[in-house]
Amino acid sequence: MTNNLRFKTSKFIDETYRVSFKFNNKTYFGFKGDTLASALLANGIHLVGRSFKYHRPRGIMTSGSEEPNAIIQLHDNSSRTEPNVRATEVEIYEGLVASSQNCWPSVNFDIGGINNLLSPILPAGFYYKTFMWPASFWEKYEYFIRKSAGLGKSPKVADPDIYEHKYIHCDVLVIGAGISGIIAAKMAAKNGFKTLLVDEKPYLGGSSIYDNSEFSKINNQITSSWLEKEINEISKLENLEIKIRTSVAAFHGYNFLLARENLTDHLPINQRENKVRQRLLKIRAKKVITATGSIERPLIFDNNDRPGILLSSAIKKYIDLYGVACGENNILFTNNDTAYETAMSLIQRGIKINAIIDNREQIDSKISYEVEKNNIEIYKGYTVVDTYGYRRINKISIMKLSKDGQTVIGDKTKLNCDCLGVSGGWTPAVHLFTQSGGKLKFREEDQVFIPNVYPSDQISVGSCNGDFGLEEIIRNTLSSIKKFLDIDNSEYKTVETISGLNQSKRNIWLLPSDKSLGKTKSFVDYQNDATAKDIKLALREGFRSIEHVKRYTTTGMGTDQGKLGNMHALGIISETAGTKMGEHGTTTFRPPYTPLTFGTIVGRNVGEFFDIFRRTPIHDWHVANKAEFENVGQWKRAWYYPKDNENMHQAVQRESKAARDSAGILDASTLGKIDIQGTDASEFLNRVYTNAWSKLAVGKCRYGLMLNEDGMVYDDGVTTRLGENHYIMTTTTGGAANVLGKLEDYLQTEWPELDVYLSSVTDHYATISVCGPNSKKIVSKVIPDLDLSDEKFPHMSFKNAKIDNIKCRVMRISFTGEHSYEINIQANFGKSVWEKCMEAGKDFNITPYGTETMHLLRAEKRFYNCWSRH
Amino acid sequence: MFLINCPFCGEREQSEFKAGGEAHIVRPKQPTELSDDEWAEYLFMRKNIKGVQFERWNHVHGCRKWFNMVRDTSNDQIKAVYKMGEKPPVK
Repeated sequence: MTNNLRFKTSKFIDETYRVSFKFNNKTYFGFKGDTLASALLANGIHLVGRSFKYHRPRGIMTSGSEEPNAIIQLHDNSSRTEPNVRATEVEIYEGLVASSQNCWPSVNFDIGGINNLLSPILPAGFYYKTFMWPASFWEKYEYFIRKSAGLGKSPKVADPDIYEHKYIHCDVLVIGAGISGIIAAKMAAKNGFKTLLVDEKPYLGGSSIYDNSEFSKINNQITSSWLEKEINEISKLENLEIKIRTSVAAFHGYNFLLARENLTDHLPINQRENKVRQRLLKIRAKKVITATGSIERPLIFDNNDRPGILLSSAIKKYIDLYGVACGENNILFTNNDTAYETAMSLIQRGIKINAIIDNREQIDSKISYEVEKNNIEIYKGYTVVDTYGYRRINKISIMKLSKDGQTVIGDKTKLNCDCLGVSGGWTPAVHLFTQSGGKLKFREEDQVFIPNVYPSDQISVGSCNGDFGLEEIIRNTLSSIKKFLDIDNSEYKTVETISGLNQSKRNIWLLPSDKSLGKTKSFVDYQNDATAKDIKLALREGFRSIEHVKRYTTTGMGTDQGKLGNMHALGIISETAGTKMGEHGTTTFRPPYTPLTFGTIVGRNVGEFFDIFRRTPIHDWHVANKAEFENVGQWKRAWYYPKDNENMHQAVQRESKAARDSAGILDASTLGKIDIQGTDASEFLNRVYTNAWSKLAVGKCRYGLMLNEDGMVYDDGVTTRLGENHYIMTTTTGGAANVLGKLEDYLQTEWPELDVYLSSVTDHYATISVCGPNSKKIVSKVIPDLDLSDEKFPHMSFKNAKIDNIKCRVMRISFTGEHSYEINIQANFGKSVWEKCMEAGKDFNITPYGTETMHLLRAEKRFYNCWSRH
Repeated sequence: MFLINCPFCGEREQSEFKAGGEAHIVRPKQPTELSDDEWAEYLFMRKNIKGVQFERWNHVHGCRKWFNMVRDTSNDQIKAVYKMGEKPPVK
């Protein structure tokens, strides 16, 4: 381990607990509490991947879920492999295996890097424009294009992990446990609201929890100390539930939210057995408080993507939270005061800062004076125009900005560094707010979109609401929560804050260069390799809508959804088109906020639980007698019963011959059965069937055909009149639910004056159809008391009967055109009656037949068939 | 996902319900007397409003009752629910 990059100052890292892990087949060490990114940086590794299109070397750029570059493959070639994971979010554990993506043969030497040299001929839309002719060849081109520009590899075997879904109901949901989230959760919980606080990180407190600076104090305490006490206090509150490692993926209407809770990803593989890996929380909240914070903006200049270039706030987090220095010769490049906080953190640990490049001419804040006192050279009114170093930055060149910031003037100066921190100010994380249907407004002063119109009972607080200064954050959070929850809160009466930062900013979306734009590579979307040049090209080619420019250049279409660069893309578009930022709006933010695994989405609905299937009461007998099954709707129906290696054709020939010559038996329990009662039952049937029913005698059956309003056949089946005002209707197997729905619809909405009641009794009865010339003999053995003579029991009639004292209904109706009886009996006696029939039919070669034979028998008799539904 | 206040059961998740299209379309008393065009008008022609719309819903995985809903399709706000046969409470 390169010890001079690790500092023993962090309480978040357990230095007594060493963890070994593999990255690109090499073993490294880190400590418990590290992320993969912090552990790699502590080992001096910046280069972790290659870019999507040009295969440029890329390094870790951020410290959170917004990471565009450091996306890696976990546990390649194993059942637990996962592509496109952000190294900045992976907590390391013993035995972790990670590897770079989109490079071959290795991340250090990647053949695809040739694309970078070819980049002048690979502009936006290159593939669309070049591979157009002949059109039919696209599929051939596509194979090679996809192969060379890919992200990770998807798993090839079944996922061994368990996932689940859980519903949560709460009064108040607080998203984000930064300083304003903690305050909000405390106020809600202390005032009797059942509160849920979630945060995607493994710790609470957001970026304030490692803010140890003398320049931001609350009630005269260091911010982190004040916040620690608050966290300590809320963790004891009874009606507050706290969930860490939980990322809200989607914020839907009516305050319905989906969140992914990570339960085992931070554990060594051998400790994950039989544990739920991830849980999808389906949250229904009466009120939602969004405190998702903000994301630091990069700056857009030539070659702004080299490994060793990080957000300045990330450098601060790596040193303050993980005790890791990102470089030994740092330069910070900024347009606001944030970088000076980073500078102070580095200065405190004696880490060298070579220079600070600041776009602003005037800098007037306590913290900047303090940095200057430490003899750090600040280049005011300067910009970086280029960077050098292939696999790691080693130099930058800077020039003075003109007064209007549109050009550079004077001489070029070169400065050495091994790490460049950039800060372009902050973008409120309004993603969830807009997902919920919220409307944004543009604030000109500091060029940010902030929440404006709330579509449901919700509020945004803290920096996601555009409050950036500590004083502003606390004051506004307190007053908005009070109003939102309608409470008179006393806990926070005397909060006094001191901040050494000033909120001034010199915003330039695309920094000027001494080179012409065509010769620069100023990346706006790092993951998809979209540059400022590409965006301007799209505008020149006539694209105007932000949504079109996005799709043409692929800006913001990566797995990070452009969390870093979307604002710059908008800024460049409005500058080039000469329009105002606010008029363009933003592109649509879509769920999920961060990628979800498929496992989380499907939960327990995998394998046999993927879909419901229904079994008849006789199902076990069919299985025991080696039936092949067919899916009909959700039902498993016996298809045919092969004997002695018969194929389906042979089995069906044997089954149908038996049914025609002697006796067959069919499990017809799946047919839909609707019990219809009421004084207007006959009139109702008159209206829903094509034929008339009023004159059907009690005890008789009739075939009915049901049509749609448009005249197409909808369903068919036999309906039996059980009593004066009582019918039982059979429907097709697949149509049962829809027929019941349609009948209810008519009854409730069109003919509410009819006295009719419907009940589904499909599952209540088993239906056994015995057919064939010998069916009468068999049924008379099973039900000896029943007179089966044709005079007493003619075709299309029904009788009540008893089998072993159990009531049943016997219909003499024919499904197959043979002489048949249909026995309907309470479902739990179905199997024993079926077995009785088999026993009684032994001497008559009674043969069970399935749906295939049924179709054949019906087709031979030219019976109508609702094919798809039988 | 909506939270729907079924007039018979109270607030339930949208997943328990099925949407049934435009409400208050009167079924012709004597369909046989209509021309094909008039019948087609009744069968197929539906409004597609951005704004306040009257809809039929069925609590299909609950009480199985049909009822009416007034919903603003532009923001999915449910303005009212009322039983079949009742007059719409809002205009």
